[in-house]
Amino acid sequence: MGGRGGGAWRWLREHAVQIVGVLVVLYMLIPIVVIFAFSFNDPAGRYNFTWVGFTFSHWSNAFGIPELNEALVTSLKLAVLATLISTVIGTLMAMALVRYEFFGRRAANFLIVIPMATPEVVMGSALLSFFLILGTFSLGFQTLLIAHVMFCISFVVVVVRSRLIGFDRNLEEAAKDLGASPFTTFRLVTLPLIMPGIFGAAMLAFALSIDDFVISNFNSGTTVTFPLYIFGAAQRGIPVEVNVIAMILFFFTVCAMGFATWQQRRAEKLTSVRPEQEVGVGAGVPAGVSANA
Amino acid sequence: MRRRVAPYFLLGPGAAWLLLFFVVPLYYLFELSLNSGVFGSYEFNWHWANYGDALSLYETQFVRSFEYAGLATLFALLLAYPLAYTIAFKAGRWRNVLLFAVVAPFFTTYLIRTLAWETILSDQSPVVSVLDTLGLAPEGHVLATGGAVIAGLTYNFLPFMVLPIYASLERIDVRLIEAGKDLYASASQTFFRVTLPLSAPGVVAGTLLTFIPASGDYVNAQFLGSASNQMIGNVIQSLYLKQSDYPAAAALSFVLMAAILILVLIYIRFAGSEALMGEEAV
Repeated sequence: MGGRGGGAWRWLREHAVQIVGVLVVLYMLIPIVVIFAFSFNDPAGRYNFTWVGFTFSHWSNAFGIPELNEALVTSLKLAVLATLISTVIGTLMAMALVRYEFFGRRAANFLIVIPMATPEVVMGSALLSFFLILGTFSLGFQTLLIAHVMFCISFVVVVVRSRLIGFDRNLEEAAKDLGASPFTTFRLVTLPLIMPGIFGAAMLAFALSIDDFVISNFNSGTTVTFPLYIFGAAQRGIPVEVNVIAMILFFFTVCAMGFATWQQRRAEKLTSVRPEQEVGVGAGVPAGVSANA
Repeated sequence: MRRRVAPYFLLGPGAAWLLLFFVVPLYYLFELSLNSGVFGSYEFNWHWANYGDALSLYETQFVRSFEYAGLATLFALLLAYPLAYTIAFKAGRWRNVLLFAVVAPFFTTYLIRTLAWETILSDQSPVVSVLDTLGLAPEGHVLATGGAVIAGLTYNFLPFMVLPIYASLERIDVRLIEAGKDLYASASQTFFRVTLPLSAPGVVAGTLLTFIPASGDYVNAQFLGSASNQMIGNVIQSLYLKQSDYPAAAALSFVLMAAILILVLIYIRFAGSEALMGEEAV
């Protein structure tokens, strides 16, 4: 074996893990590239599966299909409302679980974990059974909202709780010592400090809601959301505009995520401007990563 | 006194929502599964036969669901571990970029991602001809086979595997790994005796987060599979939404939930309960 070949072989062996890691990342990004590429496709028939030719026409006509627009607006409305409701009540739950010792805490923890460990098809069919037997809710936007808030709550609690656990309560004590009422302390000290966690939780809830298909499939009645539109259109051929809108949503989310990361770094800087900074734990962890763990 | 009621006030709205719209519906699902009769005139009469009928009629789909979900979980683990390891220990300043790439697929709709795989794996696609020359695509097609469904499941739930493993690797005290090397352990010994056991909680959480949604999924089987690749989710969806055979569908749903619960309990027993609940129970 020659020297050069041996060197290359050794390099490959030493970097095997990274090479596999990078290949897996590329694998994860393939569909996004395909969706983007096919948003410029000019398909001959109804099916956008084979590459025919390049065109901008679907981007300029992005909002030219009324049913698709309607579905998108429904999805956005639903996601905004579900996010607001689940973020508020989920944050309150997280506060209770982190800040207080009380009877029933284990049961409450269990109640929060179990929906995350239940397949969506079971949650969807259980809710549909409930709505059908009860008969008080007519299937549509309101049942979708109930369902979306339900499956978002657990995720909000988990995200906000991880933020609250690392919270320095001396800051609240200081505010109280300076004469602030509990509500003022919450508004001016606690809330700004846990805001990045709440914002992250809200983004997750929004993403879960706008992307939900299975539970919505069961509880939508005749209301059509963006994923339900795609499912319905899949049989008769999906318009290219769907790819365009998917990419618009993608870029929008990327920007929101960039903003969230920036906010989080800023909050971390705010908390780190303190006279006696503890050394040790967390000192070596780069900003932005520690909160995700 | 105020401190005693405060947590219940904070917990109240969320707990009520989860009880009313998660726990109570499960009870209704159970009740419905014991109904008998035809559509429009179901009545509750402890009709346990629904369970026997549903199981004997759809046994193949049940077994197939767990088989597909199990294989997808295994493949996801094999792909996710090297990636999580790279992000945690080798990525340096690229760490956040790689983390971003892991969650990026979530920003495109689940159904569109799956449809993108339909495009990638369709018979005319260059990927399939490459797979064909490698002998991985018998008779030159991949779409509408079990392999395509498993590939779709693996892809769609991969981030759920990567993130927990990454989180547990990132938390490892690097000095422990260095200590292994200082004590003359080889790289593989250090990995199998130190790194891997310390990342076990992430692996357990990741496999559960992949296996549970995968076993109930019906989107991948619908778009990437054929009639002979239907999973139990497809059956439940069709019984509920197309054939309106609610009692049978409810029975299947309930069995699916029970089966997953039992599998999870066995798995936790085997893998150690603190691995899963360690953080949740705090």
